[in-house]
Amino acid sequence: MEKRDHILEMNDVFYRWPGRASFALAVSDLRVAPAETVLLLGESGSGKSTLLSLICGTILAQSGSVHVAGADIGALSAGKRDRFRAEHIGLIFQQFNLLPFASVRDNILLPLRFAPDRAGRVPMPEAEATRLCRDLGLPDEIAQTKAGTLSVGQQQRVAAARALIGTPPLIVADEPTSSLDAATQATFLDLLFAQSRVHDTALLMVSHDARLADHFDRVIHMADIAQTTRGAE
Amino acid sequence: MIVRLAFASLLARALTVAMTILAIALSVTLFLGVEKVRTGAKASFADTISGTDLIVGARSGSVQLLLYSVFRIGNATNNLTWESYQDIAERPEVDWIVPISLGDSHRQFRVMGTTAAFFDRYKYRSGQSLNIQDGAVMEDLFDATIGADVAQTLGYAVGDPIVVAHGLASFAEHKDQPFRVSGILAKTGTPVDRTVIVSLEAIEAIHVDWQSGAQIPGQSTPVDEIRQMDLQPQAVTAALVGVKSRLQIFGLQRAINEYPQEPLLAILPGVALQELWQIVGIAETALIAVSAMVIVTAMIGMMATIFSSLNERRREMAIFRAMGARPRVILSLLVLEAALMAALGALLGLVLLYLGLWVAQPLIDSAFGLWIPIEMPNMRELWVLLGVVCAGVIVSMVPAIRAYRLSLADGMMVKV
Repeated sequence: MEKRDHILEMNDVFYRWPGRASFALAVSDLRVAPAETVLLLGESGSGKSTLLSLICGTILAQSGSVHVAGADIGALSAGKRDRFRAEHIGLIFQQFNLLPFASVRDNILLPLRFAPDRAGRVPMPEAEATRLCRDLGLPDEIAQTKAGTLSVGQQQRVAAARALIGTPPLIVADEPTSSLDAATQATFLDLLFAQSRVHDTALLMVSHDARLADHFDRVIHMADIAQTTRGAE
Repeated sequence: MIVRLAFASLLARALTVAMTILAIALSVTLFLGVEKVRTGAKASFADTISGTDLIVGARSGSVQLLLYSVFRIGNATNNLTWESYQDIAERPEVDWIVPISLGDSHRQFRVMGTTAAFFDRYKYRSGQSLNIQDGAVMEDLFDATIGADVAQTLGYAVGDPIVVAHGLASFAEHKDQPFRVSGILAKTGTPVDRTVIVSLEAIEAIHVDWQSGAQIPGQSTPVDEIRQMDLQPQAVTAALVGVKSRLQIFGLQRAINEYPQEPLLAILPGVALQELWQIVGIAETALIAVSAMVIVTAMIGMMATIFSSLNERRREMAIFRAMGARPRVILSLLVLEAALMAALGALLGLVLLYLGLWVAQPLIDSAFGLWIPIEMPNMRELWVLLGVVCAGVIVSMVPAIRAYRLSLADGMMVKV
C-alpha cells in the first residue's frame, strides 16, 4: 500500500555490471512522490547512469526492488518493461535526444507509438505536439522542421515536449541542461517545471550542478543514498 | 510512422543508400537484361528458319543436317541425287521445293547454289522474307547475291567481281569463272548473312572443267561455251520442302525416310532446332549463373553498407529504446530498411532495363540481328524482382541481429 504513495521507490537495490571492469552500485533507499521535483546531485562516475538504467528497466537489479508507479519493474518481462517504460516514463538526455533525420513532430510523437495507453490520453496528437512546442517557447512552424537542424537549446525543448506528451507520471532527466549556456538553462528549467506542474508529473533530474538546487522541491545527494564499488571483486 | 522514420533515416544517408540502391539496380538490370537477351536469342534461333516444313538431305543425323543446310556448319557426308530430288518434287503432298547446293566458298564465307524460289520460300523470324538491301537477286549465270555480313566484312558493293574457291579454305580457285555481285541482302541475323548465294546452275558451271575435286590440267572451257551447256546438276546437298497441308508433314517425312532408292533423311526444322538449342543452351545457364552472382554481390554490398552504418546509428537505436521500442523493433527497422532499398533497387533496375532496351533495341537488331521485344515484365521477371527483395531481407538479418544484440547491451546509454 505504501508503494502506491510513491511514483518511484527503490529499496536495497544492488547492481553489478557484468564483465571484467566490475562496477557495482548499491542504492539503499530512494523515493519520489507524485508531482514532486527532485534533484539528484552527483559527480560523474557516481553511478547516475546506472541508476537511471535501473529506473527505466533496461537493466535489472540483482537484488532489492525498483517500483515505478506501483509496479515492480523486476517482475516484468523484458518486452513488458519496454512497454512500461514507454507508458510511464518521459526521458530527457544530456544531448543527442532526437532522431536528427526525423521531423520535430515525429520526434515528439515517437513515444506514443510504443505506449498505446499514453497515446490514448492524447486524442489529437499533432495538435498536442504543437501545443507543447508553443508552451515550451518553440515557434509553431518548427513541427515540420528536421530535428537535426535545430539549435541545441531548441532540441532540448523538443526532447522535453517528447517527455511530456501523453503526461507520463514520471519524467527522468539526465543532465538536460549541461549542454546549454546559463541563460538558456534557466529558461529551459522554468519551462520544464511549469509544464510538469501543469501535468502533475514527478520530475527526477540528475545533475552535478548544485546551482540548480533552488528550483526543486527536494535535493538528494548521490553519496547519501548510494554506494559504488569499483575494481576487482 | 515507423516506415516514415525508416524512409527519413535512409534519406539522411542518401549518398551511401543511393549507391547501394544503384548497385542493386544495376545487378537487377544485368540479370533481367541477360534474361531478355537469352530469350531473344532463343527466339531468334528458333526463328532462323520458318515456313519450311521439312529439310531433306542424305541420311545422317538430324542436327548435322540442320547444321550444314541451315547454319552452314560442317559438311554433308553425302548428296541427294537429282533423281531423288525430282521424285520428291513430284510427290502430291509437296507444295514447293528449293534445292541447296553447298561445298564451295568465297574467302571465309560459304557459297550456296539454289534457285530463285529460295528468296520467296526462305522465311525467318515468324515468316519474314529476305529483303534486298542493294541491287537485285541474281539473274545471270555468273551473278551472286551476297549476305549483309559478307558485303560488310569484305567491303563489297553491287557490281564487284568475286572468285569462288573450290571446297572450304582451299587454294584452288575457280578463277576462270569470276562472279559479279548482283545484290546485297539486308541483315537478317540468320546464317544467310554469311552466305554467298548463286544459282544452282552456276555451281555446275564452275565445276565444268573439274573432276574428282581437281581441275583437269590444261582444260579450260570458255565462258561462252559454258553458257551453252546443259547445267542440270547431278546432285544437290539438301532441299527445303513445303507441303500443301500441315497434316501431310509426317506422312511425307516418313515416305522420304523410307525412300528405297537412296538413304535419305527428312527433318522438321523446328524439332531439330530445339535439339540443337539443348546443346547450345549450356551457355545460357552459365550466363544466368554469372548474372545471379552479380545480384549476390550487390546484396553483400548492401549488407556491408548496413553493417558499417550500425556504429554511427547506435545513438539512433538508443533513442528508440529509450522511447520504449523493444529490441525487436530495432531489428525490424533494419530489415524494413533493407527491404526498402532492395525494392527501390529492383524497381530502378526495371526502369533502367526498359530504358536500355528502348535505346539498344534497334542497335542490337542491326548489329547482331537479334530482336529483343519490349514487353510488360512477365511472371518470371516479377519473381526475380520479388526474389531480390526477399534476398535483401534475408541478407539484412545478419546486421539486424547484430544491431539487436548491440541495442540490448547498450540500452538507452551509448558510450561512444
